[in-house]
Amino acid sequence: MTDVSRFSAARTAAAIAAGELSALEVTQAALDRIAKVDDRINAFLHVDVDGAVAAARGVDRRRAAGERLGPLAGVPLALKDVFAARGMPTTCGSRMLEGWRPPYDATVVAKLRAAGVVIIGKANMDEFAMGSSTENSAYGPTRNPWDTDRIPGGSSGGSAAAVAAFETPVSIGTDTGGSIRQPAAVCGLVGVKPTYGGVSRYGLVAFSSSLDQAGPLARTVTDAALLHAAIAGHDPLDTTSIELPVPGVVAAAASRDLRGVRIGVVRELSGDGYDIGVRARFSDALEVLVGLGAEVIEVSCPHFVYALPAYYLIAPSECSSNLARFDAMRFGLRIGDDGEAGAEEVMTRTRGAGFGAEVKRRIMLGTYALSSGYYDAYYGQAQKVRTLISQDFAAAYERVDVLASPTTPTVAFRLGEKVDDPVAMYLSDLCTIPSNLAGGPAMSLPVGLADGLPVGFQIMAPTFADDRLYQVGGALEAALDAARGHPLLDDAPQL
Amino acid sequence: MTSPTNVAVTTPTFDDAVARYEPVIGLETHVELGTASKMFCGCSTVFGAEPNTQVCPTCLGLPGSLPVVNEAAVRFAVMIGLALNCSISPWCRFARKNYFYPDMPKNFQISQYDEPLCENGWLDLEVAGKIHRIGITRVHMEEDTGKSLHVGGASGRIHGATHSLVDYNRAGIPLVEIVTEPDIRSPEVARAYVDELRELCRALTVSDVRMEQGSLRCDANVSLRPRSAPGEPAAPYGTRSETKNLNSLRSVERAVRYEIVRQAGRLDAGLRVVQETRHFDEASGTTSSGRSKEEATDYRYFPEPDLTPLALTHEYVDAVRATIPELPAQRRARLSVDHGFSPAEIVNMRNAGVLDLVEQTVMAGAAADAARKWWLNELARRAADAGVAPTGLAIGPAEVARIAELVAAGALTDALARKVIDGVLAGEGSPDEVVAGRGLKLVSDGGALAEAVDAAIAAQPAIADKVRAGKVNAVGPLVGAVMKAMKGQADANATRKLLLERLNA
Repeated sequence: MTDVSRFSAARTAAAIAAGELSALEVTQAALDRIAKVDDRINAFLHVDVDGAVAAARGVDRRRAAGERLGPLAGVPLALKDVFAARGMPTTCGSRMLEGWRPPYDATVVAKLRAAGVVIIGKANMDEFAMGSSTENSAYGPTRNPWDTDRIPGGSSGGSAAAVAAFETPVSIGTDTGGSIRQPAAVCGLVGVKPTYGGVSRYGLVAFSSSLDQAGPLARTVTDAALLHAAIAGHDPLDTTSIELPVPGVVAAAASRDLRGVRIGVVRELSGDGYDIGVRARFSDALEVLVGLGAEVIEVSCPHFVYALPAYYLIAPSECSSNLARFDAMRFGLRIGDDGEAGAEEVMTRTRGAGFGAEVKRRIMLGTYALSSGYYDAYYGQAQKVRTLISQDFAAAYERVDVLASPTTPTVAFRLGEKVDDPVAMYLSDLCTIPSNLAGGPAMSLPVGLADGLPVGFQIMAPTFADDRLYQVGGALEAALDAARGHPLLDDAPQL
Repeated sequence: MTSPTNVAVTTPTFDDAVARYEPVIGLETHVELGTASKMFCGCSTVFGAEPNTQVCPTCLGLPGSLPVVNEAAVRFAVMIGLALNCSISPWCRFARKNYFYPDMPKNFQISQYDEPLCENGWLDLEVAGKIHRIGITRVHMEEDTGKSLHVGGASGRIHGATHSLVDYNRAGIPLVEIVTEPDIRSPEVARAYVDELRELCRALTVSDVRMEQGSLRCDANVSLRPRSAPGEPAAPYGTRSETKNLNSLRSVERAVRYEIVRQAGRLDAGLRVVQETRHFDEASGTTSSGRSKEEATDYRYFPEPDLTPLALTHEYVDAVRATIPELPAQRRARLSVDHGFSPAEIVNMRNAGVLDLVEQTVMAGAAADAARKWWLNELARRAADAGVAPTGLAIGPAEVARIAELVAAGALTDALARKVIDGVLAGEGSPDEVVAGRGLKLVSDGGALAEAVDAAIAAQPAIADKVRAGKVNAVGPLVGAVMKAMKGQADANATRKLLLERLNA
């Protein structure tokens, strides 16, 4: 019998729409798969069996009533535990939110429900989306399905592992400095950070408001496009969301035409710090693109070298303020409320006990950077760097249609390898951060293996031109799959 | 260095203090805007609802929630800015003011910092016949906090309380903060500024400006500096204290007055004034130290990343400008020129809540003075007796104008007019209907008057003889007798004339 769990989202939805499968069968298969493998992966913090079954039954009822189903109806999905969703806890991977059940749905969640997507549960993550390995989760690390001694990337490590382990065909992550693309890269998936403002942030628990962006993780470019289209669009509840039509990402994913497309390779995102295997797969992929009719040229973005330090001022600054609301007063954890302690003491005790080390480190960094007398030197200066990086992008896009780089300098590293060295951990996001700072969209897609582990290829595009990612990614994926004879994930060890 | 406890501080009298020191006063006023919904969410702003019933994820600061700017609040803030002669910023941002407090849902307040919506305006006041121009530094927008209720201690203060409750209904109510330049030099002008600002907001209908409900709250910054001799440059500003949350005009004046003598006493004793926030105690009329600003929180302001900048077009600002009604100062000038009202009369009418009614009565045809007199002396009192606002009386400008017209035409005396008012208030119809129904028309001829005159002469022959003998002024008691017999409906002049005719005087 065919294993439904290995179907793409597009194929799953088509089978349900055609009546070949019921949504309930598909959901049950996902739940069975989770029961079978997730104790080794720890992708899920919460599996909502009742909610998923009810949602699947709803899709089946709608089909039985003759309703035309959308392209993702009945497809199971893992939702990063950073979104508010009714009927489920939201923890953000933190003790701080233990027991909190949001009374409302994030806009992304509302859109998924409207599309008939079956939300299977909440995916593990680095606490409050701060990390690159999912080792910062208060609920234990997630493991990489390619090698369970290795990290699945982060912060959306649970979302990536769930899809790579065939627990769900697609998932939602968030990307503040690479938190979708880096896990996608090290798990052999397609992951997209849309243009900032392309997807509503309403109900996404903020880490860094000016950088956070939700996006899809999937096993194919087409699946990513379908999910991207389902969650994107203007939201009056998020004033930073864009009032423009959603780019035609689904059509672009199917176009396969790269004739005349100019691809710029960013000189500053290559070189010594990059694994030899990563560089080799990156070069191979460029050759494939040239073979497809694209033009590849080298471009320079000189300020990209300052992206990482600027990011580690802006993101912690915003996080120090965003995370102030976790104070034991209205929701979540409360520690030391012994009837004697005043509100301030209870806040201090709760925040001391509820936040993990990395979150505290960033709150302290940000508090310092925003302090009177330091603001101009740190936060203000970082904002200037941000402008310069945007200008670098703009100059490059005068010459090319998209930019390319490796997604990460290395393949998946081992659990524990970098936990005591925050700066080494931060370097995982070297290539992904510039797009967050400038707001443009970017995709990571798998282009092969190095030392038996997936290598990600990053495509970056100008703001609002998300469709270009899918045009290039779709063509590259098709060519690589054809050459290999099967999708890359078929090479992953069986769990 | 001398410690304060070792120094005897004697408090000078106010007059003594201001003779030697010049008070420098700046006010920060928070006005709750009267929008239907909150600053950044759709929750109701109605005052007095059950605690925590007007809340949602956004104003509770729940994780994942986001603010959306209320357009009506922006419009109201622009109106205030324009009315205060400010320039309106074509591009400005909100900023986060970070500090921890349980009644602050997000532990930051969305406010404005170095890019306020309105800047560089002024407000003119008239105090004791002198015009004071008070510079307005800025008008900016922000959200209110929740309200803490401290239970178990004395008088609701946090000290000694066993626990605290927080009502978040107020959290997120739109506020504007209006900051003056340090242009105020006396407690009276400070009070007059708040009074005028309140009138201005009321005229703009942007707030109900009820100080007792907290919809207008005032913080007073007070410092002293030595008075400089004529021709000498002014001394630099002294260290200021900030007295928070003054919730009546009287409190503003008293708190400033108290701070002036308190600071003068310290300076006289060679002590320094501590830069700090202070609380005003209504009962004692004194201020007490709050937290010291010198060790104050660093608010770590930075631009609010959850909101796009506010970019108001010229067209928008012009459209708002077109909606600004006549402002209190313009109105006072007009009332003075058109109707001859003095500033004091205008203040009295305004305070009695009859200014609009007087104007409408004048427009309905009454003489200005008569309209003022009837509303201020008679009807305001009746409204107070009935426990209603003057506008709530069953008599309006049209009726009052008609009554004033009848009095002016000699058809009613003031006493009769009051009876007509009784009738109108009792629902007996229009003034003319009451006059007819009650038979209140003034009598100046006819048999009834002649009979009454003859009866009065007959009843008091001695007085009649005096008048006959040429003492015309002695006729008074006879006039009174006739008036009494006629139950006040006789025309006094006609009565007198008829009496003198009969007595051949």
